[in-house]
Amino acid sequence: MTSTTSAAPVHDPERLAAIASRRRRNTTVSTVSTVVVLGILTLLIVTSPGWPAVRESFFNAEYARDVLPDILKGLRLTVIMFATAEPVILVVGLLLAVVRGLTAPIFTPLRILSIAYADVVRGIPTILLILMFGFGIPALNLQGLPDSPLFWAWFALVVSYSAYVAEVLRAGLESVHPSQRAAARALGLNQYQSLRYVVVPQAVRRVTPPLLNDFIALQKDTALVAIIGAGIEMTRAAQIYAFDAFNYTPFVVAACFYILLTVPLSRWADWMAERQRRRSQAGGGAL
Amino acid sequence: MTSSEARPALRLEKVHKAYGDNAVLRGVSLDIDEHEVVALIGSSGCGKSTLLRCLDLLEPIDAGAIWFEGEDISWPGYDVNAARRKIGIVFQSFNLFPHRSVIDNITLAPRKVLGLGGDEAEARASDLLTRFGLADKAADYPDRLSGGQQQRVAIVRALAMQPKIMLFDEITSALDPELVGEVLNVIRDLKQAGLTMVLATHEMTFAREVATRVAFLDGGEVAELGPPEQVLSDPQQERTRQFLRRVTEARRI
Repeated sequence: MTSTTSAAPVHDPERLAAIASRRRRNTTVSTVSTVVVLGILTLLIVTSPGWPAVRESFFNAEYARDVLPDILKGLRLTVIMFATAEPVILVVGLLLAVVRGLTAPIFTPLRILSIAYADVVRGIPTILLILMFGFGIPALNLQGLPDSPLFWAWFALVVSYSAYVAEVLRAGLESVHPSQRAAARALGLNQYQSLRYVVVPQAVRRVTPPLLNDFIALQKDTALVAIIGAGIEMTRAAQIYAFDAFNYTPFVVAACFYILLTVPLSRWADWMAERQRRRSQAGGGAL
Repeated sequence: MTSSEARPALRLEKVHKAYGDNAVLRGVSLDIDEHEVVALIGSSGCGKSTLLRCLDLLEPIDAGAIWFEGEDISWPGYDVNAARRKIGIVFQSFNLFPHRSVIDNITLAPRKVLGLGGDEAEARASDLLTRFGLADKAADYPDRLSGGQQQRVAIVRALAMQPKIMLFDEITSALDPELVGEVLNVIRDLKQAGLTMVLATHEMTFAREVATRVAFLDGGEVAELGPPEQVLSDPQQERTRQFLRRVTEARRI
């Protein structure tokens, strides 16, 4: 610290000019290199011997236009499945995570169940869960339960993702320092209130980026429901057309829509992670 | 405990507490009268913090009793939330809730535990914030405040429950030296108001000024107890003398 008292910042014009020039040069370099790399890749693909055939069966614009309406119909079911599964998964996942952290002896059976649930469900590939639930439960002919394979396929997604989300949330709950709970209990809040108002809000904030990651995965895994052929969601719609005409353009169209669905969520996840980082480093200085 | 008159506000009866094989408290007995300020002194690890945590029932004790309002609150199965409503504690590391603003930190327990309405809880919080010079910080988040301000907010948060007794666990130990004063002023203010307090502290000068009695903890028991001028200036026990000598030597360095 010098003893100067003047608060006005001092700038050297030549230094500023040098910084601006560096910045211009960096922009030029990144633009040129991107164009060159993409150009070479395109050239490689387009000049390959099989390109005309591939273009015909994967990028057929006319066929794409034909299948578009039905793919869009499938998109609707995909979004409905995803949007209804997500809140249920969050609630079930949080319950599982909280139960696993309970120490009172009366909760021991619940805690064991929660651990077993995470172990078993995460051990089974989601596609097998969908097959088992989608075909198995309707076949039981149980009274009072929905008998639609589509519903049970959706249910299988909820079962599968709840286990993953529970583990993410548990990590979040454990990352909240015990002194926070002690402070809450010391104020007279009971165990439930401490969780509800102090521990869970902090835990959820901390694991938001990995949670969003799981939801991006869920959005795509709704495609697995196609395997039981129940509802016509997007992948199933594309499948029908593709196998009908031996042209795979519908898959490419569906893929584009999946990307349109997940990219905003990915950017949002990045933005949340960045904000978190900036917040936790608040006052930590530059860089 | 039958007689209600002249009953101490808080009575510790041969309190024992061990962590595994490490016996931290070995029969601590202490009566704290109403409006009294008892300072707990002693070297690091002597059990000051453990004692306070036991008093707030954050740690179960192994033997003995803690009498408060005619009941042994340490007995297994006692409604700990009921006791904590009347006993406030402030920690060395503030432990404010980082996801809640200052005012929301303070109103949480009065609303959820005492069942106060939002307006009433906020009025109570605002009064306290004003009293301790924090009125302009109500909307801020804890991370934006200095250590001294955070600790004052933590004190206000405990006071908002209108406790009968306040426990302070080395509340200035995590602060920069220049911020210690503002927090100690709060304690002076509370003493003026007649609040019963137990404070674990390393600040001997402050203990001398504010305490009605000083308890020197050593080897898991109260080694010496008396008015500050006696315990701090003319200790009867050799180990108290040794401790005070070590403290003054450390100061000089």
